[in-house]
Amino acid sequence: MMMRCVDPGPGFDTWRSAARRLIGEGVPPTEVLWESDGMGSLFGDEEAGAPETIKLVVSPAFIELARAVSCHADGRRWALLYRILWRIAKLGERSLLEIASDRDVAQARMMAKNVRREIHKMHAFVRFRKAGEDETGRECFVAWFEPDHFCIELAAGFFAKRFANMNWSIFTPKGCAHWMGEELKFSPGVERDPCNDPDAMDAIWRTYYRSIFNPARLKLKAMQAEMPKRYWKNLPEAELIEELTRSSANRMSGMIAEEARVVRPVPRNAYLGRLQDLSAVPEIREPAEASIQEIARMVQACRHCPLWENATCAVAGEGPADARLMIVGEQPGDREDLEGRPFVGPAGQLLDRAMKEAGLDRNGAYITNAVKHFKWVPRGKIRLHQKPSAGEIDACKPWVLAELAKISPDALILLGGTAARSLLGAGVQITKMRGIVDAPHLAKRVILTVHPSYLLRLPDEMRKEAEFRAFVKDLSLVL
Amino acid sequence: MTLDQKLAILADAAKYDASCASSGATRRDSVGGKGVGSAGGAGICHSYAPDGRCISLLKILLTNRCLYDCHYCINRRSSNVRRAAFTPEEAISLTLDFYKRNYIEGLFLSSGIIRSADHTMEQVVQVAKTLREVHDFRGYIHLKTIPEASPELIEQAARYADRISINLELPSQCSLDRLAPEKNLGRTKQAMGRIRVKLEDAAEQKRTGDKKLRHATGQSTQVIVGADGATDADFLARSDELYRAYRLKRVYYSAFSPIPEPSSVLPLAAPPLVREHRLYQADWLMRYYGFRNSEILTPEEPNLDLSLDPKLAWALRNRQEFPVDLQKAPRERILRIPGIGVKNVDRILLIRRHTSIRLEDLVRLRISLEKVKPFLITADHHPARYLLDSDRLLARFRPKPTQLELF
Ligand code: SF4
Repeated sequence: MMMRCVDPGPGFDTWRSAARRLIGEGVPPTEVLWESDGMGSLFGDEEAGAPETIKLVVSPAFIELARAVSCHADGRRWALLYRILWRIAKLGERSLLEIASDRDVAQARMMAKNVRREIHKMHAFVRFRKAGEDETGRECFVAWFEPDHFCIELAAGFFAKRFANMNWSIFTPKGCAHWMGEELKFSPGVERDPCNDPDAMDAIWRTYYRSIFNPARLKLKAMQAEMPKRYWKNLPEAELIEELTRSSANRMSGMIAEEARVVRPVPRNAYLGRLQDLSAVPEIREPAEASIQEIARMVQACRHCPLWENATCAVAGEGPADARLMIVGEQPGDREDLEGRPFVGPAGQLLDRAMKEAGLDRNGAYITNAVKHFKWVPRGKIRLHQKPSAGEIDACKPWVLAELAKISPDALILLGGTAARSLLGAGVQITKMRGIVDAPHLAKRVILTVHPSYLLRLPDEMRKEAEFRAFVKDLSLVL
Repeated sequence: MTLDQKLAILADAAKYDASCASSGATRRDSVGGKGVGSAGGAGICHSYAPDGRCISLLKILLTNRCLYDCHYCINRRSSNVRRAAFTPEEAISLTLDFYKRNYIEGLFLSSGIIRSADHTMEQVVQVAKTLREVHDFRGYIHLKTIPEASPELIEQAARYADRISINLELPSQCSLDRLAPEKNLGRTKQAMGRIRVKLEDAAEQKRTGDKKLRHATGQSTQVIVGADGATDADFLARSDELYRAYRLKRVYYSAFSPIPEPSSVLPLAAPPLVREHRLYQADWLMRYYGFRNSEILTPEEPNLDLSLDPKLAWALRNRQEFPVDLQKAPRERILRIPGIGVKNVDRILLIRRHTSIRLEDLVRLRISLEKVKPFLITADHHPARYLLDSDRLLARFRPKPTQLELF
């Protein structure tokens, strides 16, 4: 067996041309030695310009992986990449990359991960120092960084986008990047930081670093896991770490030894006064004696049943105090609960449309619910509406009755079973009693119909339309 | 007072707020603009403090003067701490100077409440507005809002910020009454509700045309753990409600931290930091692993086990659910195996389409066999039934007892 020594060149693109040729010639991975020792490659000058013999089709995922792996400092990366390429292109293992637990894939992914991590750390730990301004007044910055891998080219684009309107250079031993506002330029690495003047802001940055650290929570290991020591020498704040760590125990005991202070009296302040009023729980009086606004405030403080606890707020009725028509629905839904207003969600929109068709003016009506707090159960990521229980309906009944007594409308529309349960009592079936019902103690004319959310739930369009017509017809019975 | 002295006071005053993430902003950069900045995708932690927490934002208070008297807070009106205030210009230039040196991802601005909620919010919004409109700053901005501030101001805040937040601080009104008498759970929830509606409207507007619309993409909150008797169940139930009702991106749990000049109603000692960690793990289970809060904790056992991670604790309580067959089980069930994270679950689902799964596959995915073996079946591994049933299983996961010191 003849071993071929191949120089992969400086990076991904040169390796790719070499790999294409080798695949074209059918050279298996076991016969290639990838070496970049500067001794020149098997492909001498005459071969370098030779056309590539085949077109390889590989997935973008491979290109992406290979690009990252090719930045790794480990010399074995080229052989690994070629082996994977060979398996995909020659051995037909098309979905190889999806098998994350394959030995080669796992190793390549690990290398890519290290490189990506280094890129990420570079984005995080490059510290620019201001080096003046150019003739046009653009600010110029420089940075020195010592990455473990050859990742400056992959990392630099981030800085070009973030700092598009300043000039900057990042120097590293493994390649340098420069930006003057138009295109990224790269130059070979340099041994040492070429311009190591500190920046005036470094001191203020250290003040920030010192002050944002909480000595009560020393966790050095967690810190070093994310910011390994090898980065410290180029971070202006790192020189504080030792001092902060040493002094934290003293600072802690000092804190605890301090005497407790007494609570100061509340200063006289108009805003605090108003806050107190807002937070004060209103005394719940006999609702019949209260105005419609007072009822709305009292219901916020209601604890008659457990529903208040997981709702945002109580949703009281809305509409003119002298309305001739009152409409009672079931309970607020997700949207109503958030906005604190009745019938603003999908069911509300449907009610709007139906009222318009029936020739009724929503703004002229007083619209409320039989139960004032949103009852829900968790489902997936959302709050799913749940029917209130008889106990909850009864607990809430005094509020609707109070609203009804205050508004004292000529006509009352009850939407759905919950409203019927609340105001007409148990055992009412909508299907049987739908239409005008006899309840003179509630209002001169009382109409019972379905709840608009019932219409929303109907799956069949034809049926939906028919039911909507029937609903509009019911509403127009008030006229 | 010099800028440096102000920074020392106003950063110190902000360090108890646990929010730090700078991810989730709309993708953008400074190309074609006049200023600096970019955002989008994952946030970047630019440094780490010796407390193990990352520093990704310039986290400061505009002022630490405050009308409120929240006992856990160093800035409460009855504290004798030194007071300072930044002018908006100072806060702005600090942000820009730090940003251009790549120290930070952006600004996290909060403030003590001075004069009134609206007055305070106006100052905070002013800083963000000037950064965006005058300096064309495209980095990340997180603004802390006050529930009592007028909805118009909160809306403005959302226009200039990437994220806005309102701190809940404590999980129930009765805790608040005792420790933060000016705060009100109901008002906070209402403000969160309004913010959710606005965020959703803005997202919809963006989807249907106005691509350039600048608007925050999320809200978050913080609760303080261990300042009073609230149990972990109280915290998780509240978080669960907040995630669902107001679509919060995150709830931050901040272990109550002893502060200088403590108020007399506070515990002297901080809770163990591991409690905070367990709460984050449990929170994570609710958001990414499909656990209900009622599965993680029960009324009888309302606090998380400090020595076991909550997923493992759940598995040990529900051994009848195991072992799970990696080759056949649906995603939801594999997600419940302790020791396997979301990423590896998805990898396993891909791998098993092509080949059968063996223990060595798990090793290459860097899954600890020691941990997972009793809970799963692979082509070459069927755990012995007795392993799952035995009490020794629990002992296997408890931390080893530490050697006592010789006296
Ligand atoms: S649902 Fe009705 S009875 Fe129950 S707490 Fe709310 S207002 Fe009171």
